[in-house]
Amino acid sequence: MSDPSNVGTSQGSRSIFPRILLLIPFFALLWVPFYNDLQPPLFGFPFFYWYQLLWVPLTSLIIYIVFKWGK
Amino acid sequence: MMPDSFNFTAGIVFLGFFALVTIMGFLAARWKAGDLSQLHEWGLGGRQFGTLITWVLVGGDFYTAYTVIAVPALVYAVGAYGFFALPYTIIVYPFVFMVMPRLWKACHKNDHITGADFVQGVYGGKWFPAAIAITGIVATMPYIALQLVGMQVVIKSLGLPGEIPLIIAFLILAFYTYASGIRAPAMIAFVKDIMIYIVIIVAVCMIPSKLGGYANVFDAADQYFKAKGGATGLTLKPAQLLPYASLALGSALAAFMYPHTMTAILSSSSETTIRKNAILLPAYTFLLGLIALLGYMAIAAGVKVGSPTEIVPALFLKLFPSWFVGFAAAAIAISALVPAAIMSIGAANLFTRNLWKPLINSKITPQQEATNAKVVSLAVKFGALIFIVFLPTKFAIDLQLLGGVWILQTFPAIVFSLYTTRLKVPALFIGWLVGIICGTSLAFMQDLKPLYGLHIGDATYSMYIGLIALAINLVLTLGLSAVLPAPAAQSKAA
Repeated sequence: MSDPSNVGTSQGSRSIFPRILLLIPFFALLWVPFYNDLQPPLFGFPFFYWYQLLWVPLTSLIIYIVFKWGK
Repeated sequence: MMPDSFNFTAGIVFLGFFALVTIMGFLAARWKAGDLSQLHEWGLGGRQFGTLITWVLVGGDFYTAYTVIAVPALVYAVGAYGFFALPYTIIVYPFVFMVMPRLWKACHKNDHITGADFVQGVYGGKWFPAAIAITGIVATMPYIALQLVGMQVVIKSLGLPGEIPLIIAFLILAFYTYASGIRAPAMIAFVKDIMIYIVIIVAVCMIPSKLGGYANVFDAADQYFKAKGGATGLTLKPAQLLPYASLALGSALAAFMYPHTMTAILSSSSETTIRKNAILLPAYTFLLGLIALLGYMAIAAGVKVGSPTEIVPALFLKLFPSWFVGFAAAAIAISALVPAAIMSIGAANLFTRNLWKPLINSKITPQQEATNAKVVSLAVKFGALIFIVFLPTKFAIDLQLLGGVWILQTFPAIVFSLYTTRLKVPALFIGWLVGIICGTSLAFMQDLKPLYGLHIGDATYSMYIGLIALAINLVLTLGLSAVLPAPAAQSKAA
């Protein structure tokens, strides 16, 4: 491991665009005031709870898209 | 609410499953057979774990028994704030997807089995890798102790008194880890997963129907927090917003710097295995979100406990028949075995590779290396056991909190070194040291609470201490790397 810049050359030359998508979950979940609310509820769950649970499959989906795109 | 006599039916079910797992632990030595006298075989399973095994292994390793006990306990005690575990275990996966395959590749190429190995490979020398190794070991020890706390709580719920059952369970764990290495937790993780999925699916389907639906559960929790007052409730107080986000971010950055998570990642078979796992692992996060809701269900069911950590077993005791209580207790206890085994293996790998070999005996043979690690894995677990039996649980919890702050200080050395060659060892060393000193001091100033209020202008911003210390660390590491002259030592790495 003499030169870390060699490590990722298989990825380094590619477009950064799909990987930018990976930042979306950070914005969606770290901007807490956006979802710190009881309204609107869904199936008995207040917004605060179903919104965060919803981001579990959404994040998987985003990573999946980036994974397929980068192949 | 906790029973004071032995619950016979629950106890028999519990013991049956525990015996099954013990047998599997010893048989695991022969699974995907390898030469267990080699450290990369004992400690990384020969780096041959595919997508499914890695999934259950990381799942067992990252979502621990203590999580199953502590997250609902926090949600029960304070409400929404306890949910920070959810954003934390979501945003960690884009990070894993981007960074960990890169680390795997660098480590695979050079037979590195720990994070400190990787740092040694990039920068050479032995003292800075030793510092990284010590940070990992010290951060992991209290984590192992907390797995014992999880086990202790469920054993107690069966009406088994004293520490003897806990000691027996841990001895069994210690010996099959010694014999089988990481193959044991990998195999047990399958059983654990099936059991815990059954328990949680039954719980989240059955309990709300007994309590009149989710809307009722949330209503009951709302009433309860309104009566309780303080910084509790179904949503966050304004002062809790930044703590919530910063704890989620800081924990996510720290999560895969720990030796146990890194060990599980490095034992996978390829970069693609890790990328696929970043897509699949959030399934456990969904489960964790539902587990967290057990805290509200306990409120709605009117469960009363001496300590919030007893809330999950107490809820099950109140609502389920004895055989299912035994099954659930076994699921949680087995959930403690998987991470405890991998944590001790990760710590043992660090000790052997990055402390013993470079600093004490450089002529160690590969066989001696593996033997050494096996013995250290035993020592680490006994240390944790003594900790739990003789010291108050609060010590382990406080130390685990500090451990998170410390492990975060290895982030620049491990992650940044994957992307740049411009960092210099003295800069990394100073950044690490000052980060640890500042983080530890701030934590002590706050009576070992994870948050510190930064005064900027007239406003106070309360933030996770680990992130504050990491920011100081980064400024020093990047700043000093820019101004320090390129030392001769740097050419050693080239």
